[in-house]
Amino acid sequence: MVRHALLQLKPQKGLIGRNLEHLQQALEKLKDENVDVAVVPEAYPTGYFLQGGVRELALEAAELEDRLGGWHTDNYQKPLDLIIGFYERDGGSYYNTAAYFELGGRGLIHRHRKIFLPTYGVFDEERFLDRGHELTSFETRFGRAAMLICEDFWHTITATLAALQGAEIIYVPSASPARGFGGPAPANVERWETLARAVSGEHGLYVALASLVGSEAGKLMSGGSLIAGPEGEVLARAPEFEEAVLLADVDLERIPPVRYDNPMLADLKAGLPLIFPELRKVVEEL
Amino acid sequence: MKILRGAPNHEVLDLDYWLTASALERFIREELYGRGYQKAVVAVSGGVDSAVTLALAARALGPENVHALSLPHRDSSPESSAHARLVTGRFGVELETVEITPMVEGYAEQTPNITPRRKGNVMARARMIVVFDKSEQYHALPLGTGNKTERLFGYFTWHADDSPPVNPLGDLYKTQVWGLAEYLKVPDEIVHKAPTADLEPGQTDEADLGVRYRRADVILEHYLKGYPDDYIVGLGYSPEEVALVKRRVNRTHYKRHLPAVALVSSTAIGEFYLRPLDFRTED
Repeated sequence: MVRHALLQLKPQKGLIGRNLEHLQQALEKLKDENVDVAVVPEAYPTGYFLQGGVRELALEAAELEDRLGGWHTDNYQKPLDLIIGFYERDGGSYYNTAAYFELGGRGLIHRHRKIFLPTYGVFDEERFLDRGHELTSFETRFGRAAMLICEDFWHTITATLAALQGAEIIYVPSASPARGFGGPAPANVERWETLARAVSGEHGLYVALASLVGSEAGKLMSGGSLIAGPEGEVLARAPEFEEAVLLADVDLERIPPVRYDNPMLADLKAGLPLIFPELRKVVEEL
Repeated sequence: MKILRGAPNHEVLDLDYWLTASALERFIREELYGRGYQKAVVAVSGGVDSAVTLALAARALGPENVHALSLPHRDSSPESSAHARLVTGRFGVELETVEITPMVEGYAEQTPNITPRRKGNVMARARMIVVFDKSEQYHALPLGTGNKTERLFGYFTWHADDSPPVNPLGDLYKTQVWGLAEYLKVPDEIVHKAPTADLEPGQTDEADLGVRYRRADVILEHYLKGYPDDYIVGLGYSPEEVALVKRRVNRTHYKRHLPAVALVSSTAIGEFYLRPLDFRTED
């Protein structure tokens, strides 16, 4: 069992020091819960909507690692894996990045730079950020994982690729302004759950969604973080709009029997070569 | 064999009012607290928009943290003040009355040919002078009460009704404000009366606008989402109504923006230099 904590936190815009302190306080409260992996939403250290302010507030991955690692050494006896979304500066380029840190261990073991930058409606990411160009799964000390950020996950082909690369769990830091108030939950929250359940059920893997909360100049970040299991079931769900910590035990040993009973991933591997020429044709014609 | 029909697929304005109210209450709290305020000022006209704003503020902050203001002019309908008292009583908020007649008439006396329309605009701006002064007096942030329909139509006094820094109803059509009002138990006589700016005797919104709100709102929602005129007409609206609605929106974009600034550099504010209104750094 791998104890996960999804931290549905509310940052204060631009106050990186305060926000990291708030994260550390939340983790300290969980000290007795034996958390192995903590997941923090997209753009947590700064808040999501920065426009050109990305240039002022983006962090280098090493800088973030130093700040988190120093705190961990002072406060934790054992390693803690931490997935966190942040705006990353790398030379003259800026990315919307998720980093996987093994604090008290190997440090930064993987980073995913958001590929699908929403630039429509209320979103304007591509104006201020560069796209990532890679999607790879990676080994953690618990199993094989992948990270996708927000809209990356709204294109299910990305999760399919991660599953084909062997991912047993997909971590999804997100920041999703609530919209569509016609039902008992915001439409975007319902969409997130539908996607998480469909992806986890199709591929027989876990999905851990950590979603930001807080009002950013009228845009209410919706929360609704959740963790879905390999049969497409929701194992735990956080409320909308308010801060919460979601604790869930991930049992990676459930994956083989679930995939045996419902061999969608194996069938995909068998059938993919048949449809790949068509897929390549579509891509070549773009 | 059963014949089953699918639900209509056009855009609908229905809201879940529990979800909407709880989100707007949270919005009020977080926007105020984030700016260092615990209290709000709401100018209560006796109409449904300010009644709903007051109800949301009272639920969000506690009635003791809401300052309601009645700001009558001698030409205002007595019903407006009576309804302001009714709604503040319903939501347990204390009501302070400030007569704006001396402010408005002080200017009007120096302006012999002032028209009722111009005087109405002076009233609206005088009210904002009071609202912002009371904001400073009570360290309480003014809440706007304008709804999406009147914002889209530009049907408000510029630099008056649109001035407050936090507006919970600005993305709700009038139709939706009425629905929210019923959910929040705003008194029936306020929900069901003809909407009026009460800036001129006998004035009503729908007579001024030339279209009923409930019809305008459906047209607006489809127009904003890019549906062509023919599609909207196909829903049962006349070409004249559609044209009227579009004309009102497209003649008033300037009222929904900051002033035009001559651009001479590559750091022009709001053009090149872009920061959200809540942006800050630790320095």
